[in-house]
Amino acid sequence: MRAALFVTCLVDLFRPSVGFAAVRLLERLGAEVVVPPEQTCCGQPAYNNGDFENARAIARQVIAAFAGYDHVVVPSGSCAGMLVKHYPELFRDEPETLAAAQNLAARTRELSAFLAEHTGDRVADAHFAGKVAMHDSCSARRELGVHAAPRTLLDAVGAERIELKDAEVCCGFGGTFCVKYPDISTRMVSDKAAAVIASGADVLVSGDLGCLMNIAGRLKRMGSPVRIYHLAELLAGMTDAPDIGTGDKT
Amino acid sequence: MKPTSHAFSDNARRALNDATLQQALAKAGVGFVDKRRAALSELPEFDALREAGRAIKDHTLANLDHYLLRFEQQLVTSGGQLHWADTPDEACAAVLDICRKAGARMVAKGKSMVGEEIAVNDALEAAGLEVVETDLGEYIIQVAHEPPSHIIAPAVHKTRAQIARLFEDLHHQPGLTRPLETVPQIVDEARQVLREKFLAADVGITGANFLIAETGSTVIVTNEGNGDLSATLPRVHIVLASIEKVVPNLEDASVLLRLLARSATGQEITSYTTFFTGPRRRADADGPEQFHVVLVDNGRSRMLGGAFHEMLRCIRCGACLNHCPVYSAVGGHAYGWVYPGPMGAVLTPLMVGLDEGRPLPNASTLCGRCEEVCPMSIPLPKLLRELRRQEFARGLHPPRSRWALAAWAFFARRPQLYRWATRLGTRLLNRLSGGRGRFRSLPFAQAWTTARDLPAPQGDTFMAQWQRRKQP
Repeated sequence: MRAALFVTCLVDLFRPSVGFAAVRLLERLGAEVVVPPEQTCCGQPAYNNGDFENARAIARQVIAAFAGYDHVVVPSGSCAGMLVKHYPELFRDEPETLAAAQNLAARTRELSAFLAEHTGDRVADAHFAGKVAMHDSCSARRELGVHAAPRTLLDAVGAERIELKDAEVCCGFGGTFCVKYPDISTRMVSDKAAAVIASGADVLVSGDLGCLMNIAGRLKRMGSPVRIYHLAELLAGMTDAPDIGTGDKT
Repeated sequence: MKPTSHAFSDNARRALNDATLQQALAKAGVGFVDKRRAALSELPEFDALREAGRAIKDHTLANLDHYLLRFEQQLVTSGGQLHWADTPDEACAAVLDICRKAGARMVAKGKSMVGEEIAVNDALEAAGLEVVETDLGEYIIQVAHEPPSHIIAPAVHKTRAQIARLFEDLHHQPGLTRPLETVPQIVDEARQVLREKFLAADVGITGANFLIAETGSTVIVTNEGNGDLSATLPRVHIVLASIEKVVPNLEDASVLLRLLARSATGQEITSYTTFFTGPRRRADADGPEQFHVVLVDNGRSRMLGGAFHEMLRCIRCGACLNHCPVYSAVGGHAYGWVYPGPMGAVLTPLMVGLDEGRPLPNASTLCGRCEEVCPMSIPLPKLLRELRRQEFARGLHPPRSRWALAAWAFFARRPQLYRWATRLGTRLLNRLSGGRGRFRSLPFAQAWTTARDLPAPQGDTFMAQWQRRKQP
C-alpha cells in the first residue's frame, strides 16, 4: 500500500514532528509513505479570502502532485476538507478538472479517519496513560463527519478520554479570521481554553494544528500546565518531546 | 436605520467590553441552544421533515411568479387588497397611503422584520402617526430607542434589571408604581399599558411568517397574542410580508411551522398560530374592515436563480444566530443593521450593499454550525465565501491584506521558491525564539500575540528534514 502524505503548510512550517508522527503511524500499517515534493499549501487562505483564482491554481498543483496514489492522507481535517469538499466546488464549471478533483477527493482521508479505517482498534504499540481531552476541528467534525475515529484510536492506546464542554463550538482560529478579528477570536479561544482547564485534562489533542496553535497559545499565555499535542504525536508515542509552545529551554 | 456594518470591528470591540450586554448574551444563548436540542430529541423524524421543508421551499421558489399571482388572486377573492412594493420606499408609501385613507392617527404594530427592513415606523412617525410596538421585546426596544438585536428575541441584549429601570422611568403615571422585580411583574405592566393602545389604534400592522397561495391567507406565529390583537381590534389590518414567504398550500405551511417553532424557541408549536383570510365578513363577530398585504421585494427577485438563491429558503427562525459563536460573543447590534448573525451577514451586504456590509461575511470562522442547525439547510458558509469572492473581485479588501495574500500566493504557486523561503523563515523564527518554543510578542503579529503566545517553529521545515531523511 502506498500512501501519499499531504503534510499541510502549518505542519511543514511550525511542527514537522506531526508529519514524522504521521509517517510513523502509516509505516506501522505497512504503508510505503511518499511525500510529493510539489506540495505547498491546500489553498485555503486564498479560497476563504475570496481569491478563487489563486485557490484554483494551487488546487491544480495539488491535484497534479497527488495524481496516481491510492491513498492521500492529511494530518488535518481542515486541509482534508479543502481537498475533499471544496476542490470539487472550485471546479464545478470545469468538467475535466472537476473529474480529477473528484478523483482526488475519493482517495483523500483525514489521518485519524484513515488510521481507524485501516487498523480498527489495533492502532499501534504506543501506550498513553493520562487524561486526554480531544478537540475536534469544525472541518473534521462538520465537513468530514470525523468524530468517532480519533476517539477509537485514543481508547486503543489506553488514554483516559475526556469530553470538553461545548465541544462543538469553534475555537476561534478560523485561518485569517484570528488576525482579522482578534478581539472576537480571543474571546472564543478564551472560552475554549477555559473548557480545557475545567475538564481536568493533562493533555489536549486535536487532529488540526491550526486549532492547536490557537488554543495552546492561549493556554500558555494563561500559564496553564496542560500539555498540547497533535493527535498523531500522541498515537505515535512522541509525547516525551516538548509540547506545542514549549521549547528545549523552557 | 442607517447601517453601521462597515464599523463592525469597532462595534464588536465595544460589545465585548460591555459587561451588562455580555451578561444578557450569556444567559440567552444557552437557553435557545438547550431548548432546541431538547425539542429535536423528541422528534426523530426531524431530518426527514427538514428535507420536506427544503423541497417545499425549492419548489415554491422555482415557481415563485405562479404562487405569488395565485396568492394575489385568492387574497382579492377573499376581500383583501395587495400592494406590490419593489423598494422600501414604495412599501412605506403604500402603508402610509392606507393609513391616510383610513384617517388613522395611531398604529398598533406586531413584530415584523420586514417592517424593520423598510423602516416603516420612521416613515409613519415622520408623517405624524403614533406607532406602538405591541410585541413585548419590540416594545422594550422601541421605548429604549434601539433597533432589535435578534430576529425573534429583539430585546435579548437587555437584562431584566435594565428593562425594569426603563419601565420605571417611562410608566411613571399614577397606578403604575408597582415593583418590577420579577418577569411576570414586568410583563403585567407592559400588558396594562399596551391594552389601551390596542383599543385606541386605528390601524394594526403585523408581519407574516407564511403566505398561503391556495387560500390567500397570511400566517403569524407569536407567543404573546399581541399579533392577534393588533390584527383584529383596529379597523384596518396591514400585513407586511416579503415575496419569499409564500408557500403553495396549508399542508406545506404546517410542515414549515413544525420546523420553525422547534428551530426557533424549541417549542413544538408557538402559543398562537394565526391564519388571516380577508377582512371581517358579515357574520364575523370581530375583525378589521380592511385587509391589506404589502408585498416587499427589496432585492429578493434579484437573488432568484443566482448565487444567493438558497438564502430565499430562510424562514427567520434565528437558529443560526443562536448557534453562532461570533453572534454569541458580540450580539446583534454589532452587525450594524436589521439582520444579524450568519443570515444577516449574507442578507446585509445584499440589501445595503457590499461596500457597507463587507466586514460581515469576513467576521466568521466558517465553522459551519449555522448550516448544521439551519432547518432549511442553507449553506451559509458557502454564501459567506461567495460574498468574499465578490468583495475580492471588486477590490474591496484593505490593501495590506490584499498584498499579504498576493505575496503568499506568489510563493505557494512556486514550490521550489516556497521551499527556500519557508526554510529561511522558519529557521529565522526558531532562532529568534531562543529555544523557548513560543513568542510572547512579535512585530507584525500583534493581532495574534495580544492575548496568545505564538508557538515557534521547531526548526527546519518538514520538507527539508524529509529530504535529508531520504538522501542520507
